[in-house]
Amino acid sequence: MLLIKCPYCGERSELEFSYGGQAHIVRPLIPSDITDEALTEYLYHRDNIKGVQAERWRHLHGCGRFFNAVRDTTTDHFQATYKIGEAQPASGAKSDG
Amino acid sequence: MGNAFRNKDGKYIDYTQILRFTFDGKIYQGYKGDTLASALLANGVHLLGRSFKYHRPRGIVAAGADEPNALVTVQRDHARTTPNVKATQVELYEGLIAESQNRWPNLRFDVGALNTLISNFIPAGFYYKTFMWPRQAWGKFYEPFIRGVAGLGVAPTEADPDRYSQRFAHCDVLVVGAGRAGLAAAMEAAEKGLRVLICDEQNMFGGSLLSNADVQSTESLLQTMEKLHQYSKVTCLKRTIAFGYFPHNMIGLCERLTEHLPNPAKGDVRERLWQVRARHVILATGALERPLVFPGNDRPGVMLAGAARTYLNRYGVLPGKNIACVVGHDNGYLAALELQQAGATIAVIADVRTKPVGRYIEQARQAGLPIRSGMTVTGTGGYRRVRNISVAPIVNGNIDASDTIRCDTVLMTGGYTPSVHLFSQSRGKLEWKSEQNAYIPSQSTENLSSVGSAAGLAGNDRGVIGALPMTNKSTAFVDWQNDVTVKDIDLATREGFHSIEHIKRYTTSGMATDQGKTSNINTLGIVSNILQKPVPEIGLTTFRMPYTPVSFGIFAGFARGDLFDPVRTTPMHSWAIEQNAVFEDVSLWKRARYFPRNSESMNEAVARECLAVRASCGLFDASTLGKIEVVGPDAAEFLNRMYINAWSKLTVGKCRYGVLCREDGFVMDDGVVGRLATDRFHLTTTTGGAARVLAMMEDYLQTEWQDLQVWLTSTTEQWAVIAVQGPRARDIIAPLISGIDISAHAFPHMSIGEGTIHGITMRLMRVSFTGELGYEINVPADHGRAIWEAIYEAGQAHGITPYGTEAMHVLRAEKGYVIIGQETDGTATPDDVGLSWAIGKAKPDYVGKRALIRQAMQAPTRKQLVGLLTLDDQVVLEEGAQICATAANTPPMQLIGHVTSSYYSATLGRSIALAMVAGGRTCYGKTLYVLMPSAAIPVTLTAPVFYDEKGEQVNG
Amino acid sequence: MADISEAPHTERYIFRGGEKACAEADMAFGMNLPREACHAKVTGERAALWLGPDEWLLLGNGFNVQLTALPYSQVDVSHRQIGIQLKGNHAADMLNIGCPLDLDDAIFTTGMCTRTVFGKAEIILWRQDVQTFHIEVWRSFGDYVRGLLAIAQKEYM
Ligand SMILES: [Zn+2]
Repeated sequence: MLLIKCPYCGERSELEFSYGGQAHIVRPLIPSDITDEALTEYLYHRDNIKGVQAERWRHLHGCGRFFNAVRDTTTDHFQATYKIGEAQPASGAKSDG
Repeated sequence: MGNAFRNKDGKYIDYTQILRFTFDGKIYQGYKGDTLASALLANGVHLLGRSFKYHRPRGIVAAGADEPNALVTVQRDHARTTPNVKATQVELYEGLIAESQNRWPNLRFDVGALNTLISNFIPAGFYYKTFMWPRQAWGKFYEPFIRGVAGLGVAPTEADPDRYSQRFAHCDVLVVGAGRAGLAAAMEAAEKGLRVLICDEQNMFGGSLLSNADVQSTESLLQTMEKLHQYSKVTCLKRTIAFGYFPHNMIGLCERLTEHLPNPAKGDVRERLWQVRARHVILATGALERPLVFPGNDRPGVMLAGAARTYLNRYGVLPGKNIACVVGHDNGYLAALELQQAGATIAVIADVRTKPVGRYIEQARQAGLPIRSGMTVTGTGGYRRVRNISVAPIVNGNIDASDTIRCDTVLMTGGYTPSVHLFSQSRGKLEWKSEQNAYIPSQSTENLSSVGSAAGLAGNDRGVIGALPMTNKSTAFVDWQNDVTVKDIDLATREGFHSIEHIKRYTTSGMATDQGKTSNINTLGIVSNILQKPVPEIGLTTFRMPYTPVSFGIFAGFARGDLFDPVRTTPMHSWAIEQNAVFEDVSLWKRARYFPRNSESMNEAVARECLAVRASCGLFDASTLGKIEVVGPDAAEFLNRMYINAWSKLTVGKCRYGVLCREDGFVMDDGVVGRLATDRFHLTTTTGGAARVLAMMEDYLQTEWQDLQVWLTSTTEQWAVIAVQGPRARDIIAPLISGIDISAHAFPHMSIGEGTIHGITMRLMRVSFTGELGYEINVPADHGRAIWEAIYEAGQAHGITPYGTEAMHVLRAEKGYVIIGQETDGTATPDDVGLSWAIGKAKPDYVGKRALIRQAMQAPTRKQLVGLLTLDDQVVLEEGAQICATAANTPPMQLIGHVTSSYYSATLGRSIALAMVAGGRTCYGKTLYVLMPSAAIPVTLTAPVFYDEKGEQVNG
Repeated sequence: MADISEAPHTERYIFRGGEKACAEADMAFGMNLPREACHAKVTGERAALWLGPDEWLLLGNGFNVQLTALPYSQVDVSHRQIGIQLKGNHAADMLNIGCPLDLDDAIFTTGMCTRTVFGKAEIILWRQDVQTFHIEVWRSFGDYVRGLLAIAQKEYM
């Protein structure tokens, strides 16, 4: 069971969180304007990285906030968690341990 | 036979407490402090079971968790029967009843032992090769046969009456293993004032110290324990195994609380799952002794040398009186010396190494023990107990003539293997140390450290791995529990299996319940030798949890009976119970399904309830509907973006039916939204969709539309919701209400207002899910039952009738109102289910808008909501039944739709159904066929509305 | 073993809004809403619990006042949930049978509060004292939470 650092509440058990898929997929400003291909990309295509990826979590049974995290999917180690609207931190640096 | 092999020097045996127990129906005696294994050995019993495949007689090999053979069934009563427990880990108690396994009719004469005669015909991969053909034989013959002979003990059939507990715990330092190294680590952490949790699988702390003969070991252990107990922040858990290492330093522990008690009190917790989150984990899991692989090494009486020391020093039990030792490690000499001291005869020490030197070897020489070096074993004799051993010198790489020596016990040791299971589970990297013949912890990914022999052995303490030189490979066992021999591994490599992962699966070596604690490293050694490759090139199989088997009970924990799941009930639940309602589960809620009177059947009750709603008035508990209060200056704009509907023009005091899509254009939820103020909406969702809808809305607000000033609050449980539906609804509630003019013109269909009912604050919505004049009265939950009863009372004169979810379903189906999740399945667009009228077409954007204009979403062949009327109007279709254009009901045929809702309508005096049919809206009047088990039933396609097509009733 | 008791009925509101609305609320309520994450503030019989960066649970009378200047949301949830008081020895241990929080009193200190889980139910947990916890739970989960606490009592007799 993961230990996840909510940017608001601090480290909490995974039991309090819900997973939200890949991060930084921005809803098109005016979806009507985009092509079918762009729509397909937006709706369905995800990277599913083996390694470091940015993903969404929500502290559902906590402060209720959505936030983003950088996690290495091969080790489950979080390199960072950060609030919505903040830029993804440069990866590679080990922040835990 | 009374403890003929027991002396008085067992350091952890309480000789004053005699315990009686039975094994296979025979009564024996042991002492407090014994395990079942030590007590049986004290009575001279070595034969404990039959092997899995060949049913060979098997005895006790080890003294702890690594035991591969001595699996027994411990029985307290019919429901409390635990199969496959290791006799070496069963603490003896008065009255213990144990049975051997895997034998028929009994342990001494076992018919299955015939397998051993045909062992040449059961090579590695036998099942893969044999049971391939003919295919039909699988279900008829092979599978029943395999299931019959496979498996070890028999699981009880009754429900487990014991209680299991769980708890979360946190600590600065978790120490796994309370041997010398673990205790020292715990003490160091305790002295720093840290929160320490230390656990050990045994019934007392001490680890290998408990197996030592010297007095100092005992004394230092006692002192350490005394000191450790003085620290309030130290928690000591004995009888607790760390079975799994999970990400971010979470360790699963299984604490056994009553297993050792003769009569656990009813209600006592049997086992407890600890989910421990540790800042730092110290693995002091020690090392496992490695057996030697030689022909006949599985006979009862062949035992690990270290295990023999444990039986002698800890339990005061001699495994035998005439002992042969086969050693690849100095530890074997220590065992021989201690056993000789205790009165046993050492028949031979056959050292497989050529020039062994060391302290114990020197002592053994001085004690005059018969040492031979550069030896191998060519076989053992005896059937139910070893009677002799044949040893032969290796001369110039060849096995010379052998010598047969009488003995009643063979001790073997190949040295030690660090116990790196948990380290490996933590995804730490292991590194091969050839000078230690061992994989040891290298780089770790978690915050942990390994100490003691779990971290690696001292210096060049390598022992031997693999098989001894031999010619007869078919009785040289590598994996006792799965009956894997050197011959099997040989064969596997010859058949082309070179990766250890493949060899493991093909031969099943290391795949038994002992998880290869004694076999894995020797398998590697043997393969390395056959393939002439260094061990690290063979690969290493994954160590998986659990370290030792744990019961399912701890994972279920409290989640059983009434606490399996939360049972959510509404404020009116108690009233419904008093009225004999029959309930159904809707997500976690209990909802009244119908209210039978006298001996009514469900159909009769539902028919009566439906007719009452149409004729006069019904009363319905709608409290489970999800409710969200949407507040803020941008509330309307937010709803515009979320729902397919337009909200800006909805005036205060009005409601609208809203439809929510996902971004992919498919219907996700629906409900009525009422505007209480310009900046305040009361929103409802389906019962099952409440949490999902709130989460989706929060998602958009927090991550996409941070520009909007609007906030959401769940009010699902704030309000009890009482639906009053039927032509007399207004007449019934009007006298109770004040603050709102509910006359037809002042408060028309789809109105919302705030007032009081029976003196209680109320939100009143004029809405209908029945097609009749109807109201939904929202009152603060505490008042739900009282208001419900007041309305019920007031309605008596009008024939008010409580109705349940079943009647609600029928009533709405008569009107063709969809239920999300019943008509829709996550692939229906609003248009598919006839809701395109709800779309605010002028809106620039809403969730799902873009997806809905894709070509496929507009295809005329999409499944569309229709009505079905059976030609025989008394036939009720089955929900889920498939629909076909022709009557032919032999496959293949083209299926063009399915029935989504189907009921008998008492109002109409006939059956009705809703269905999703491809291009259905263009086919009204056509005859289709519904495939039911009995026949293909002809139906006429109609519009999905059967009652009051013009919709006049709701405006009554 | 800690005692389990029902907390007396009280008014409850969920207050949601930004920092400016919050500042106005401080004035209107006559007490400061806690800005520190996972902390509660108590003034007399009234308490405000931080639930999220824009969400507070207000317990007690006197919160039913209209702010004027700035947008915010205040919703009456008096009947949505119930309060359960847990007081006595092993209160934290009892909670830890189903709550994954570290409830060491040096970590989850007196005055801290948070939404969390207890078994399969979501709860709001507020430590009022080393051995006293106040639990808020949606009413339909009340029986479940009380049932689980009753089991916990048996374990820490
Ligand atoms: Zn949080």
